[in-house]
Amino acid sequence: MNERSDDPAAAAVASTYRNERAAVLATLIRHVGDFQLAEDALQDAFADAITSWRRDGIPANPGAWITVAARRRAIDRLRRDRSVADRTARLAELISLDAQEHPPMSEANAIIDDQLRLIFTCCHPALDLQARVALTLRVIGGLTTGEIARAFLVAEPTMGKRIVRAKRKIADAHIPYRVPPDHELPDRLVGVRRVVYLIFNEGYSATEGDRLVRDELCSEAIRLGRLLCQLMPDDAEAWGLLALMLLHDARRPARVDADGRYVAFGEQDRSLWDESRTREGMQALGRAVRLRPPGQYQLQAAITALHMQSAPDWAQIAELYGALAKLSPSPVVEVNRAAAVGFAAGPQAGLELIEGLRGDPALERYQPLHAAHAELLRQAGDTAGAARAYERAIALSANAVDRAELERRLAALRAG
Amino acid sequence: MSEYLLLLYAEETDEAGAAERLSEMPVWNELNASLQEAGLLVSSNALHGIDTATTVRVRHGETEITDGPFAVTKEVLAGYYLLDCSDIDEALAQAGRIPLARYGSVEVRPVRYFDGDATSDQADAQG
Repeated sequence: MNERSDDPAAAAVASTYRNERAAVLATLIRHVGDFQLAEDALQDAFADAITSWRRDGIPANPGAWITVAARRRAIDRLRRDRSVADRTARLAELISLDAQEHPPMSEANAIIDDQLRLIFTCCHPALDLQARVALTLRVIGGLTTGEIARAFLVAEPTMGKRIVRAKRKIADAHIPYRVPPDHELPDRLVGVRRVVYLIFNEGYSATEGDRLVRDELCSEAIRLGRLLCQLMPDDAEAWGLLALMLLHDARRPARVDADGRYVAFGEQDRSLWDESRTREGMQALGRAVRLRPPGQYQLQAAITALHMQSAPDWAQIAELYGALAKLSPSPVVEVNRAAAVGFAAGPQAGLELIEGLRGDPALERYQPLHAAHAELLRQAGDTAGAARAYERAIALSANAVDRAELERRLAALRAG
Repeated sequence: MSEYLLLLYAEETDEAGAAERLSEMPVWNELNASLQEAGLLVSSNALHGIDTATTVRVRHGETEITDGPFAVTKEVLAGYYLLDCSDIDEALAQAGRIPLARYGSVEVRPVRYFDGDATSDQADAQG
């Protein structure tokens, strides 16, 4: 939907689509009990809106207009579609809702709960992880199947099948449309945050594919992150995740130079960093820190924030990596910790940590380990050792941007 | 409420392993009693090993009978539960209580119905 200044109705429809679609859909799904039918009815309502708003003017409350129109379209569809379970009861409920002039006062809380229900259903662990990501983007983000397919570099029919299959499983396996009970909530929230961060990372770190679509993924993940914070304002990790995404995203304009080459953190042009993103990210981080306990996203956000200082406090960064390693141990964290220790306490201290990791056969082919090893050897003045480690890292690089960056560093090393 | 078939798959075991699994019998009995009490249990059985399996196929009107399971897999079907649950979350929670889940796999499948106006063929066509 294009926003055109000479077509205010179309612009209003586009803005309502972006800002209110997920909330309207979430409630409609609860009322009709069927994802596909609710989505189709809502799509009809947006199509109706274009014609109607051009003819009669833009309504005072576009969201309410869409809600009523989508409900009526759902009634029409339910009357025709006999395959929906509990069809008669659903119809009766919708018709009675339609007869009420004003929504009941409890609606505001119900809207929040409905959006949570929608998120938890799209991110249900019984669905394949890729399907959770696709469904979240389609249903909550409102992206088209084609847009999602392009972002993940798969054919549109493949993505379409993935989404249809997920919706069918929700219906056939009775994946419940509800916020999980308290004892399941912590685990399920971990799953939801993982889906959101995966969407962000797909946009942020992928090096192939349509640049605009990937930027859209980052923006969408941030929108989802903001929504999670709004729906669960006391969840420290929701704020931690939002902070992490914003602080990464703030540096996005500086990550690639005019020739499309990757620019390392320390060499980025800071004037290109997005100030409003940084500010919002720091605020979200502050909120997360106050809520405690620090989770993995909050720690990563704090590390990123420290990195963004003009003179990073490497000792503190190393300490945070240590805390992160305890919370969610991974080779990525260990390698980053060794690099930070190298900056804080000298290359020898970093190399000692690297030596411990080099003994692990599982990490033998782990490119970042060899890249970090090379960097520390270079700082320690071991040019020959550094060159060997760079060569090893280059041989293991799967991605052209990483490889080019490592080759540049190796060439600089050889040039002395 | 909907029915879910829980298919229990595990590697076949030697005598020592069998004795160890048998020692877990009280846990199974407790599980079955609690499922019964909660009104979730429709039926449940353990199966003899795959060396007792016979597979039947009818092709072009000819009945073929083969000694053995339909496919050779490392983990084999060892038993099942048919449960009546409110939704998949309840079925998955019960699946996690089955002792076999700790060394084998429990596949949870919703039972498909062909009655009334909710036929699955229509649901398929709708996409």
